[in-house]
Amino acid sequence: MRTDPSVGLETRLALYETMYRIRTFEKRAYDLFLSGLVKGTSHLSLGQEAIAAGFGEAMREDDWSFATYRGHAHALARRVPMAAIMGELMGRACGLMAGKGGSMHLTSVEHHMMGSYAIVGAHLPIAAGAALTAQQLGTGQVAVCFFGDGATNIGAFHEALNLAAVWRLPVVFVCENNLYMEYTPIAAVTAVPRPAADRASAYGLEPIVVDGNDADVVLETAARVLDRARSGEGPSLVEALTYRHGGHSRADPGKYRPDDEVATWLARDPVLRYRERLLDGGLEAGVIEGVERAVDDAVAEATEAARSSPPPDPDLLYRDVFADGGASWRN
Amino acid sequence: MSAPVRLAESPSTGTARGGVSLAEALNRALADAMAADERVVVYGEDVGKLGGVFRVTDGLAERFGEQRCFDSPLAESGIVGTAIGMAMFGLRPVVELQFDGFSYPAFNQVVSHLAKLRYRSQGRLDLPVVIRIPYGGGIGSVEHHSESPEVYYAHTAGLKVVTPSTPSDAYALLRAAIDCPDPVVFLEPKRRYWEREDVTLPSPAVALGSAAVRREGRDVTVLAYGPTVPVALAAAEEAVGEGWSVEVVDVRSLSPLDEETIVASARRTGRVVVVQEAPRLAGYGAELAAVVGEGAFGWLEAPVQRVTGFDTPYPPARFEGWYLPDADRVLDAIAVAMAY
Repeated sequence: MRTDPSVGLETRLALYETMYRIRTFEKRAYDLFLSGLVKGTSHLSLGQEAIAAGFGEAMREDDWSFATYRGHAHALARRVPMAAIMGELMGRACGLMAGKGGSMHLTSVEHHMMGSYAIVGAHLPIAAGAALTAQQLGTGQVAVCFFGDGATNIGAFHEALNLAAVWRLPVVFVCENNLYMEYTPIAAVTAVPRPAADRASAYGLEPIVVDGNDADVVLETAARVLDRARSGEGPSLVEALTYRHGGHSRADPGKYRPDDEVATWLARDPVLRYRERLLDGGLEAGVIEGVERAVDDAVAEATEAARSSPPPDPDLLYRDVFADGGASWRN
Repeated sequence: MSAPVRLAESPSTGTARGGVSLAEALNRALADAMAADERVVVYGEDVGKLGGVFRVTDGLAERFGEQRCFDSPLAESGIVGTAIGMAMFGLRPVVELQFDGFSYPAFNQVVSHLAKLRYRSQGRLDLPVVIRIPYGGGIGSVEHHSESPEVYYAHTAGLKVVTPSTPSDAYALLRAAIDCPDPVVFLEPKRRYWEREDVTLPSPAVALGSAAVRREGRDVTVLAYGPTVPVALAAAEEAVGEGWSVEVVDVRSLSPLDEETIVASARRTGRVVVVQEAPRLAGYGAELAAVVGEGAFGWLEAPVQRVTGFDTPYPPARFEGWYLPDADRVLDAIAVAMAY
């Protein structure tokens, strides 16, 4: 496995820490779902952690993330506090949006995590708009928009790609291709083998397909496309191949996937793979274990903080519909 | 041949060519807003070089440059989606969706995101987006180009919805909409674009959420908005001959709604007729009727009468005269109300 020698130990450990944090957090969230503490549905990124971690590491602090309903990983990668996310999943007052957003709508303006959008494809034009602002105001920021393979067949994907290319916007579109559009293999419903990359040439863009389960590869790719966007060369479309360890959502055990396919991808687990790489590179096991312990403790602490937080004030229901802070004449 | 006079460069004083048209007033409002605030950006299909199919953005690209007023791809979801992203980070986009029916491809962006991001972000995101939509019939065009989609937007919490009926209101309401930190769906009655009013711009400010009594009367209140206000006024004039004194209220702000003015008028006259171009079922007139029922029940002499388009798709030109509420149909409804 190729490793970029310019990536220092500190960065490698940070990548591992982020992936391990996402993994541990989401496993805990899943347990809480099973025990009834988290209501509604959720969509986990277990198995897809390297994409969020790699981009999170490469992005400037003020670059913007736009994610989907499978967005816990991106909020975590942008360092949104775990207690706030866990509290949001549980619908508690300490939640990131005081329980008004839930799993599918994590948004933290101060962390430049500009939302999780649960209508497939809708956030691609929104990210392009953010990039248009950065371009007009000359801020040097880049908008990074993460979406699944299913989004490549909806109109908003094509509208956003076209206008981003026409206007040379500082935006990076990242397709997390986990091979399934909800329950259906993406290949069964898409005219081309690579749902994102095979469309790139239609918008004058380079087709980029990378191993989305290799954090080093993602980091290197992210750095390159972010540079390109920041230097005014326009958008990029990255297709990162990955795989969900679980089903589409909480209710889905994912049984429609062939056993050998699942086994192949489990063997490419981005977290375990990276851990091995760190050990092979000569890092002492004790250092890695120290990182893991700290994350385990932090997840336990965040869970406890969320669990002990009260439910939100019902009055919040009527707040922030309009700029005056209320719901105006309606109620 | 002399160079064409570009609207955005010629201040409308109200004296030339017998006043100011509604389209000119909108053009002037955009120009004045762009001059006052460099964050205001105008774009949409054909709004840049052409100046818009109804000429509402005429001259803006030339005056303010192509960064401030530009052509977008034909992609309504992309237009509104980018406007959301721009508004989140400090710009004040004013986008044009060329016709009412063309606003439906953007519906997801408007309803699922534009209207909800403030709520979803705990009030952290301002969404000062104005979506201009020429709407309504009367121009001999068919469905997609003549529809009245106001209830879709008024029904959605988080959006403000306004529709002017006069050039002075068009100016004032558009300026108010652009200044508003909330998203505003701005419905322009396209068949009134060329109607002129003797007014000096800038016209006096109008707050979003206020209705206007256009004509005072004692016997019946007619509630109208946008393109149907002149229809209601014509009916009120004809009613004089029948000995009926008709009050006409221009609702003009559909969300928020000025319930106070409407209920006060209903209580004064005791009879109410609502007029809309949109189909009858679940139209905005039904909301107005409910507001009147809730607020003026004890004062009513007659059930609220509705004059509306039909529950059909908007028809082609030859059927249009039957479909659109006209002064006669409003008069008929007034007569029914007066018969109680």
